Amino acid sequence: MSKVETETAASAKGHAPDESAPGPDTSRSWVQIISAQGILIAFAVFLLGFGLFSDRFLSFENMESVLRSSSIIGVMALGVTVVVLSGNLDLSVGSMLSFGTVMVVDLHDKIGAAPAMGVMMVAVLALGCINGFLVGILKLNSLIVTLGMLSAIQGLTLIYSGGQNVDIAPSTQSTTWFRVFGRGDIAGLDMPIIIFAVLAILLHCAIAFTAYGRRVYAVGGNPTAAVFSGIRRGRVVFSTYVISAACVGFASIILGSRVMGSQNNVGQGYELLVLAGVILGGTSLLGGSGSIFKTVVGVLILGFIQNGLLLMGYPYYAQWIVTWIVIILAVWLDIAGKRGRLFSPIA
Amino acid sequence: MQSGLRLLTRNPIWVFVAIIFIFFSLSTERFFDIANFRNILVQTSTIGLIALGMTLVMINGNIDLSVGATLALPASVTVDVMGWGAFAEWGNWQILPAVLLGLLSGIAIGALNGFIVWKTGVDAFIVTLGAMLGIRGLVFVYTQEQSFFATNFTYSDFAYSAVLGVPTLAIVFLVFTVATHILLSRTVHGSNTYAVGDNREAAVNAGIRVGPHMVINFMIIGFFAALAGITLSTQMGAATPNLGREFELWVITAVVLGGTKLTGGAGSIIGTFGGVLAIGMLRNGMNLIGVPAFYVLLVLGSILIFVLFLDKQLNRQGEEEIRL
Repeated sequence: MSKVETETAASAKGHAPDESAPGPDTSRSWVQIISAQGILIAFAVFLLGFGLFSDRFLSFENMESVLRSSSIIGVMALGVTVVVLSGNLDLSVGSMLSFGTVMVVDLHDKIGAAPAMGVMMVAVLALGCINGFLVGILKLNSLIVTLGMLSAIQGLTLIYSGGQNVDIAPSTQSTTWFRVFGRGDIAGLDMPIIIFAVLAILLHCAIAFTAYGRRVYAVGGNPTAAVFSGIRRGRVVFSTYVISAACVGFASIILGSRVMGSQNNVGQGYELLVLAGVILGGTSLLGGSGSIFKTVVGVLILGFIQNGLLLMGYPYYAQWIVTWIVIILAVWLDIAGKRGRLFSPIA
Repeated sequence: MQSGLRLLTRNPIWVFVAIIFIFFSLSTERFFDIANFRNILVQTSTIGLIALGMTLVMINGNIDLSVGATLALPASVTVDVMGWGAFAEWGNWQILPAVLLGLLSGIAIGALNGFIVWKTGVDAFIVTLGAMLGIRGLVFVYTQEQSFFATNFTYSDFAYSAVLGVPTLAIVFLVFTVATHILLSRTVHGSNTYAVGDNREAAVNAGIRVGPHMVINFMIIGFFAALAGITLSTQMGAATPNLGREFELWVITAVVLGGTKLTGGAGSIIGTFGGVLAIGMLRNGMNLIGVPAFYVLLVLGSILIFVLFLDKQLNRQGEEEIRL
């Protein structure tokens, strides 16, 4: 954190050496501190604010319930973060979640839990490979490709299920070990939370501390420079989509196991909630800046907004309006800090 | 010949429209039929109207993901206002203030989106992604999760009226298509739209007030979304708070099929019209030959990606030159 601050302070001095007047200088650093730590400050403010309004809010049970309900969007957001870091988008994760959940639930009674999970994982990874091939190797625009895939996978899901909702037979629901992923717990901690946490730590380490992670940042930050320094851009982009698909696979297992059934459109609209979490965390949609840890914070903020407003007695759609305001404010403050002024200089 | 070929490489979608048209005409006799063509135009008018506005916004280099939610608010406002007691004595004139208020609410949302994009400098993708959630929330607050039903039957009959045998909704769509085409290709605002999308810095230096210009385009798409919402509610005789979900995806698909670039600076209403027709004919034709509706999603997604690929191949040379 302190490194970021010193860096931005240094760059600010480097770019504007003539600005020695005390007025703008202090306001600048003030904006910069807010923007560098913005998302954590907002997080703390949210927790305190909601905590004042409701004594149930900061209880352990409530925390656990927020974490549990955020876990599916969270797991998907981890993968999407990697895609976004490399400078692309993945809008197909929502329909991919529908596809994976329908498939794993449907196959569970037909071929057993483990094979069902295996087959579903392979199918979802194949979809990720198609995404990766189209964006990474053919270099097509990621927004449109994944928009097309969103629609195509929705079609695939409906063709697969014949338009019917799928269920795990009620007789096996309580006996199958498949239930452990959504309903089980280890030492009192719910399994979805543990899966989310483990994946988050693994991916954070993979992105923050390995050569692969630095390649992802390089490709997202400056593709041309990355290619000139010997990075195979296509392969890196391809791999990010496979990672994203794998995360969707895990999310499908959690969701299928929790609900023990699935509608065809269960993941509809998830892609945008996931993206909202990633953006809220401060990962730049232009690529090259952000982190897995920030995304976890962003997703948790979304979860706490939802939970806090419900506890305060507001209807469930109030969270959408608050999320709208929070997203724009978060990104605005981030940009304002970087350019050193609150409003855009465009005439 | 040369110019014809250039037109095709610029709008490859019309090749698709022709192929789809010939394919369905040959495979089912019910497709090549005046009544069916009327149907297609009415069915696509909703997506088509919004696509006109989206073309302007996307040529600007922006995008609007909130149109699906924007469409729901004017629909609810219009149907609700029509039933207000204040207008009870007005007879059919009660439709007028209702529609005006509805259109105004759509334009206001567009203005708000545009203003935020202008003043904060946050990317339109993020601003309208947030708005897509937030405006849907506003719709739920306004309607209290209720559906509104139109009690004025002149209003709900409007959707099924026709002038000289052409459905009124189709005429509305065609008139606005021509109007937007003229706006884009024959006016200063139109050339500014291309200039801003092509190179924002250069547009600023050329004296274009980029901010207000973008706000106007967002207001135009707000107007079209409102109009689409109102025509949709006349078709149903009601407005539901969930109206228009996923419309943004269909609209963006239509516009991109039509050859408008997401990066801005390129695109045309003629192409967008082709994209809208392609979607309309695919849905209608596949339905007529008895293909389950969900294959349309698969085919449409694949065509979208294929058109993108084709476009890249056709325009590859120019792009390579720019990069080096």
